[in-house]
Amino acid sequence: MNWETVIGLEVHVQLATKTKIFSAASTRFGAEPNTQACAIDLAMPGTLPVLNEQAVHYAVMFGLAIDAEIGQTSVFERKNYFYPDLPKGYQTTQLEKPIVGRGAVAIQLADGSTKSIRIHHAHLEEDAGKSIHEGELPHGSSGVDLNRAGTPLIEIVSEPDMRSIEEAVAFAKKLHSIVTSIGICDGEMSQGSMRFDVNVSVRPMGTTKLGTRTETKNLNSFKFMEEAIEKEVERQIDVIEDGGTIRQETRLYNGDTKVAKAMRSKEEANDYRYFPCPDLLPVIVSDETIEALRRALPELPDARQERFVEQYALSTYDAGVLSSDASTASFFETVATNCGNPKLAANWIMGELSAALNNAGLGFADSPVSADQLAGMVARIADNSISGKMAKQVFEAMWQGEGNADEIIDAKGLKQVSDSGALEKIVTDVLDANPAMVEDFVNSDENKRKKKLGGFMGQIMKASKGQANPQQVNQILLQKLNELL
Amino acid sequence: MHNYTIAELVKGLQSKQFSSVELTQHFLSRISQFNDQYNAVITVTADQALQAAQLADQRLAMGSAPALCGVPLLHKDIFCTKGVRTSCGSKMLDNFIPPYNATVVENFEQAGVVMLGKTNMDEFAMGSSNETSFYGPVKNPWATDCVPGGSSGGSAAAVAGRLAPGATATDTGGSIRQPAALCGISGLKPTYGRVSRWGMIAFASSLDQAGPMARTAEDCALLLNCMASFDDKDSTCVDRDVPDYSASLNKTVKGLRIGVPKEYFSEGLHPGTEAAVKKALADLEAQGAELVEISLPNSDLSVPAYYVIAPAEASANLSRFDGVKYGYRCENPKDLQDMYCRTRSEGFGEEVQRRILIGTYCLSAGYYDAYYGKAQQVRKLIEQDFVNAFKDVDLIVGPTCPSPAFKFGSKGDDPVAMYLEDIYTIATNLAGLPGMSVPCGMVEGKPVGLQIIGNYFDEARMLNLAHQFQQVTDWHTQAPEGIS
Repeated sequence: MNWETVIGLEVHVQLATKTKIFSAASTRFGAEPNTQACAIDLAMPGTLPVLNEQAVHYAVMFGLAIDAEIGQTSVFERKNYFYPDLPKGYQTTQLEKPIVGRGAVAIQLADGSTKSIRIHHAHLEEDAGKSIHEGELPHGSSGVDLNRAGTPLIEIVSEPDMRSIEEAVAFAKKLHSIVTSIGICDGEMSQGSMRFDVNVSVRPMGTTKLGTRTETKNLNSFKFMEEAIEKEVERQIDVIEDGGTIRQETRLYNGDTKVAKAMRSKEEANDYRYFPCPDLLPVIVSDETIEALRRALPELPDARQERFVEQYALSTYDAGVLSSDASTASFFETVATNCGNPKLAANWIMGELSAALNNAGLGFADSPVSADQLAGMVARIADNSISGKMAKQVFEAMWQGEGNADEIIDAKGLKQVSDSGALEKIVTDVLDANPAMVEDFVNSDENKRKKKLGGFMGQIMKASKGQANPQQVNQILLQKLNELL
Repeated sequence: MHNYTIAELVKGLQSKQFSSVELTQHFLSRISQFNDQYNAVITVTADQALQAAQLADQRLAMGSAPALCGVPLLHKDIFCTKGVRTSCGSKMLDNFIPPYNATVVENFEQAGVVMLGKTNMDEFAMGSSNETSFYGPVKNPWATDCVPGGSSGGSAAAVAGRLAPGATATDTGGSIRQPAALCGISGLKPTYGRVSRWGMIAFASSLDQAGPMARTAEDCALLLNCMASFDDKDSTCVDRDVPDYSASLNKTVKGLRIGVPKEYFSEGLHPGTEAAVKKALADLEAQGAELVEISLPNSDLSVPAYYVIAPAEASANLSRFDGVKYGYRCENPKDLQDMYCRTRSEGFGEEVQRRILIGTYCLSAGYYDAYYGKAQQVRKLIEQDFVNAFKDVDLIVGPTCPSPAFKFGSKGDDPVAMYLEDIYTIATNLAGLPGMSVPCGMVEGKPVGLQIIGNYFDEARMLNLAHQFQQVTDWHTQAPEGIS
């Protein structure tokens, strides 16, 4: 039987506020455990929450970015459950009246088509702390780090609109692109800035009734998400085809060991006993605030992609890649503007630079070769000072921190010879020095001649110590050889 | 010295009739001498108090000290006090020393008020008799076989017993007014949002409000002047100027329209209490106030609504006491579940556990609409009753509680009988209105309280009426037997 996969996502996005959603403690990542947790984060008796206005603004900005209804009166509620990393014994979150209502996100698929994924809502809430386990009990110990407790989150809940892993990944990446472009999240997946819960079900192709879903929680990379969905879809199909039924359950997927397992069934699920938090007033967002935030909203990825196609004459695909997040886009724009050749800039950024950054595990923001440096190099390719091959050497040297392109070109003597007189002389010298090759060339048929050109090129480049402009040499060589025919 | 009102102490301090150190020493020695009789004070901060008194004397010597500078007070043990154990009357917090002051404590500290110690209370403010305290019951100075009321029974008994000239207290369903009535003192619960809740350990966040206890309305005004402030650390605190509550005490009450709710004089009201309250109403009428019979038709719904909303909020508020971060933790937990269960079973008393269970039940899936949802609707109705009443009257006056102080253990087996103690006080908490209680008579040698309910932020008018009443009556000056 053919099966259709149905996927919905719940995405937790940490907001890039300096302080926590209900306290003045810092949200900086990576501090010593429990050094960024104040009395409020520790839920000390008598402490009270005060809402961080910036978190509200960021949530509204997200709503505007996906063209959603903004909840002008949203209400925080208490979600009650006991866990050591949840200091108050409840999470302050939103349920009945979230700050962002229905919206939609457009994703682009590999075949060039686009699809709209509906957003059910997005709500503001506080993150929990982290439980840390060392060794196995009874001799091991468990600790709690509350630095993350109270970090503002928006939880974005999609409709079950995705029908393949490809769509789910494209949606996740698009959300990443949106939240980083509008600057409400740093997008650092490895630090937990974006985490995905995936709801997956399968149904016979052509049917409309949704199958029983499972939820795999807390996936913190696109790759893990992809793997987890793949495994879960396979598992569900196997279960059903073996005559079994899918249990509604929460599951965990370990990206390191590649093992997925059930955590708890629907029957074991908590009754969270939500009720409005009496310590916080309803959040009112005025029309003025919404309009001010709308005006200040940075360029969105879709608009930027269109602009890149128009302004820089890029292909839709290239524009899509380069506009996906704010730091890549701004890197590209600096290189393109400074070097004057956007297409060449795009090729270098998507090729050599992306590969090198990927290998080193770095982002564009931390690139050892700055946008200005890369622009300097691309400019030298564009004006024929250096060949593509030389440029690779220059790039390598810049990556190693040896200076700017011009300095490296000088230091390594990489200047390309483009003077036609000088080039003609080299070509003539090489032809004169190799009469047998010339003879062979003249006596070959047209197909073979093309292949034999490479031999001459090699000799010429060698004679020029690699500095001859290859395009020009090619022209001169062809002209000279044709004269002999 | 202990028979002086706070107003008189302020005059004495400012005119150097006595020093704050002398005054502080006097009250400390009274506490060490008489507290055993009442069990009203559970922590005495003698060294700290004397240091604060010395500083207060220096400020007084320099002149321009705030009005209350040098006056000693007790704080209910629900207010966090930096470096001083804050137990909330519970074993759960018997070892808890906060690293911060409640805003109320801070306001008094800034004003040079001297903290003598912390007062006993019903555990987590849940109780109307002070019998639920981990530290044992407080005894009523008027009849030591009787309860002082609760939950602020320690503060009320301490003021009645002259262990302090005034004390802070909190009121979620009557916890200031009922013990004030039973102990024959004056106590005021302000409008919700008037006084900051920062650092005040939460029972039911939408109902809790801190207020002063003292022997006279004039003293309550002085204390409220300092307690009330806007505080950006409490999102429910209202940003509104604090008037000088002392300024309007002497206005005439002539022409004031006083609503007398007929529902407050029905079955269940002790005849002696009824007689005393009616006499007080007649006194007010004699002073020129106009009595108007009014109806608060949803009054009978206030106790059931309260006992859904308050436990619901409490069930969440008390979840933080889990043995993980501070406070009591059971011995040798075998796993997480065991730690939670035993910590909370051993750390909380019976009444607190009962209310956590009620609250948890009311919020559970399938019951929420029938209980919590319905109770919130009732709350709106009760609020509307008062809004309607205040279209026609300036203040509402009636009994504070149905009967005078009862004997220990007499309502112990029947939680509902205990809950009915607050039948006249709970509605104002649900509506967020201010209310106060002043002594208005004696029944069987025990005090009776007169309740005055005001419109939102109309504390000044309540205090004005209470003060004028105290100009023509002497109930507030009477002292329990043995106090001279």
